[in-house]
Formats: sequence, structure tokens, C-alpha cells
Amino acid sequence: MSASRKLLLVSGLALAIWAMTYGLWYAMFAEHQHLEGMGASLARAFTRAAERNMAEAHAAIRAYADTKFAYVRHVDVHSHWGGLALLLIIFGAIFDRLGFGERARFWLAAVLLAGSVIFPLGVILQVVDRSWWPTALAMLGSGMVTVALAFVAWGFARQR
Amino acid sequence: MATRDIGVNRDGGVTASLARGFAPLGAQRLLVFGGIALILVGMVFGDVFAVFILHPNADRIGGHLLAATQAVAAGDTAAISTHFGRIGHLLENRGTKVDTHVHLIKFGYLALLLALIQPYVALAEQRRKRLAQLFLVGAVMLPVSVFCIHYVGLAYSPFQFVGWASISADLGGLLVILACIGFLSGVYQYLAGSRQPAAESEQLLRDRSWAAQTLLAGGTLLILAGFLHGAYYAGVYLYPHEAQDAGLLQAMVDRAASGNLPGATDAVNEYGALQGNKAVHIAAHSHIIEFGMMAILLAFIQSYVFLSERWKRRWVVVFLMGSVVLPVFVLLEVRWGLVAGGIADVGGLLVIIALCGMLVGVLRHTGKIDAQSGASL
Repeated sequence: MSASRKLLLVSGLALAIWAMTYGLWYAMFAEHQHLEGMGASLARAFTRAAERNMAEAHAAIRAYADTKFAYVRHVDVHSHWGGLALLLIIFGAIFDRLGFGERARFWLAAVLLAGSVIFPLGVILQVVDRSWWPTALAMLGSGMVTVALAFVAWGFARQR
Repeated sequence: MATRDIGVNRDGGVTASLARGFAPLGAQRLLVFGGIALILVGMVFGDVFAVFILHPNADRIGGHLLAATQAVAAGDTAAISTHFGRIGHLLENRGTKVDTHVHLIKFGYLALLLALIQPYVALAEQRRKRLAQLFLVGAVMLPVSVFCIHYVGLAYSPFQFVGWASISADLGGLLVILACIGFLSGVYQYLAGSRQPAAESEQLLRDRSWAAQTLLAGGTLLILAGFLHGAYYAGVYLYPHEAQDAGLLQAMVDRAASGNLPGATDAVNEYGALQGNKAVHIAAHSHIIEFGMMAILLAFIQSYVFLSERWKRRWVVVFLMGSVVLPVFVLLEVRWGLVAGGIADVGGLLVIIALCGMLVGVLRHTGKIDAQSGASL
């Protein structure tokens, strides 16, 4: 088996296990609390508004928005890591069919893998740091995957 | 005579190596059948969910949100609590149905992938079969349990947030993880040793038929399109949509508290439109990528589809048509409403019909192997 296929198959399976473990952890220890928190914040916002306590109503909406921001990213990260892992395994099975030499295929596999790890990592880091760099990391990762994917499509088009 | 000795020419669509990999009730056959069945059930479930639950559910949520803003204006806190309780109930119903749909299909993909890499799993057939069974038990247990969460709730649960259905779903996920770790250890043993992959894997991966090539190229292009759409959505809409979400909620409570009910109603309507807009973008993004991955996976199993070349091509074309129609018309739902939604559902139906056609081909293939194996015993 070529080095590029080894890299994609092993890292794809490892990433799939990681994505599922992450999902399991999130479902067991955080998801229900997040969902309850969102519902409670929203209900509190409306209740405080009914009591004409607008400062607390606005604070509750901010709390709702913060919890939803984190919830959306946790779910996105779980599904993107899982989806990208499947993609790595799929390509790992057929990477030798790309119309490039093994050296180019290996670098392409490495970029695909790096992008598949970095993109969701950047997304989840946004939960702990709202500054520019986690977003930049996510954009870098998604850019790497997209460009690598375009090369893979080209490679299949000129496959041997 | 054992299955491995079957010799059938290419016209019969069955070769000795393929038959060896597809031994009756072997790991690979379990995973291929289990995978296609999971995908099919997941897609049918998704279509039923979209038609009968998604839209009525969204209308009911909007109705309760509007009633809650009216309760704010009237200062009726008890009514607010009632309406949010119902909204939470409806959102849980929606969320668990989406999770069931997504996990069934994702586990189906993973099953097909694991079937594909079986020749690289250096474990005894009996152990591989046990791992495949473990995987399929978990892959069924998790989505079925998630589906039950809404109905079981916290009945008899010793925990504050987690009910028995959630615990069962988590256990299912754990079984899938353990099975994957088992297969990964087999791949590691293969890589650490100097074993050659079994011939059937090479045959599957080298399928150069029109059907396989078209699925491979079409699948890669679908995935690329999905990535570009996802990047566009994240770059242009994600943060503005999140800001609008909180802004519209604040507008609802502010306007309702000041007695401006028409303004509050406008905010509720805008909020509903925003949720719909977000939902169609996310659905289009995820469906086009999922169909792309499914197309590539189906390319691998074309050797197992025992149909005439003409029928294999037809199912490929139907599958790819449905794969484009569904996400494109889901996106157009924002402009064209239910007409586009109906066409998108037809796209999903085309994919389901094509999958059924291919599954019939796989059943014919296994039937042929089993019949010849039985005849030669």
C-alpha cells in the first residue's frame, strides 16, 4: 500500500473514532445542559419583559445567544470531523487512481488531513476565544480542504 | 466445493475473488447490506420527516412564539411559561428526528467504507464478523434510541437531564466506536505486517466501468460544490444570521413590552423567515456533500450490482439527478416556497429509487453466489 493511502486510511479511521468520541462526550455531558440553558434563557427573557424588567430581559437574550453560539459550533465540529473522516477513508481506498505521482499524492493527502483537522478545530476554538485567529484558522483549514479537493477532482479526471 | 473456488465468467458478473470477499454472512456482506439498508431507511425517514413533520412543526413553533409575545404585552408570565414549554417540546421533536435521519445515513456510509477496507483488516473472519455485528447493532441502536428520546423523556430516569433513551443512544454510539477501534487495530496489524490485500479489494477498487467512473467523478464534483457552498455561507451569512437571530428576539420583547404588538408580530415573522433561510442553506450544504460521498461509495460496489450494463447506467443517472435536484431545490425553497420543497422531495425519492435498484442488483449478485455455492456442494 502506498504511503499516501496509508496516511489517509489510518488518519481517516482515527479521525472518525475521534469525531464519534467527541459526539459521545458532547451528548453525554454537555448537549442536554446547552439545550436546557437555551430554553431557560429564552423563557426568562420573555418573562422579565412581561414584568417590564428590560435590563434582565436583554441579559437573558445575550445568555441565550452565547449558549446557542457554542451549541451550533459543537454540533458543527462533530459533524464536520465525522464527515471529513469519511472523506479521508474514501480517498484512501482509491488514491492510487489519481493521475499524479506518489510524491504529489502524498502531499495532497497531507494537506487534506491537515485541513480536515484544522478546520473544525478553528470552529470549536471560537467558543473559547471570540478574537480573529480561530476564525482565520477555520478559514485556513477549509481552504486547504477545498483546494486539495479541487486537485483530487483534477487527478481523477486525468487518472491513469 | 467452497465459495472461493467458484469460477464464473465476467458476463455472469461474478468472479472468484468477488465471491470470496462476499462470503455468505461474512463481515463484508453484512456491512454492505447493513450499510445500504441504513442509508435507505435514513433517506425514507428523512423524506417522511420533511413532508409530514418539518413544515407543520415550524408553523406551530411560530404560533407559540407569537402567542408568547402577546403574553409579554399582557404581562401574563404563566402563559409565557406554557408557550415556551411547548416550543421546547416541538424543538426536541424536530431535533431528535433530524439526528435520527443524519446518524442512520452516516452509519450507512461508515458501514460501506468498512466493507471496502475489510481486505486490509488483518483479523480472523470470525472476529471481523463479530465486529461487523457489533457495529450494526450500535448503528441501529443509536438512531432508534434518539428517535425515542422525544417519547420516553425522563421517565424513570435517575438523572436530571438525561433519560433512558439518551443513555441507550450513548451506549449505541459506544458500540460503534468499539467496533471501529477493532477494525482500526486490524488495519494496523495489516500495515505492521507484510500481508497483501485480498484480491477482491483490488478488483473492487479497479472497477473501470462507466457506472463506477461516472459515480466517482460525479461524487467528487458534488462534494466540491458542497464545500464551496459551505464556505460561501459561512463567509457571507453565518455571523450576520447569528446577530439577526439575537436582534430579532430582542425586538420581539422590546416591542411587545412597549405595547407595539404589530411590530412584535413583524419581528416574529422575520425570525421565522430567518430560521427557514438558515435551515435551507444548511440542508443544501449537508445533502450535496452526503450525496457526493454516497456516489463515490456506490462506485466501489458496482461490481456487486448484478444487473445489465444498461440498467446499471440508468440507476446511476437517476441517482445523480436526484443528488442535484434535492439540494438545488431545497435552496430555492426560500424563493419558490412549497413548490420547490415538493420538487426537492421528488429528488430525494429519485435517490431512494436508484438505491433500491442497486440493492436489488446486490441481492441478485449474492443470490447467484449462494446458488452456485449450494449447487456445487
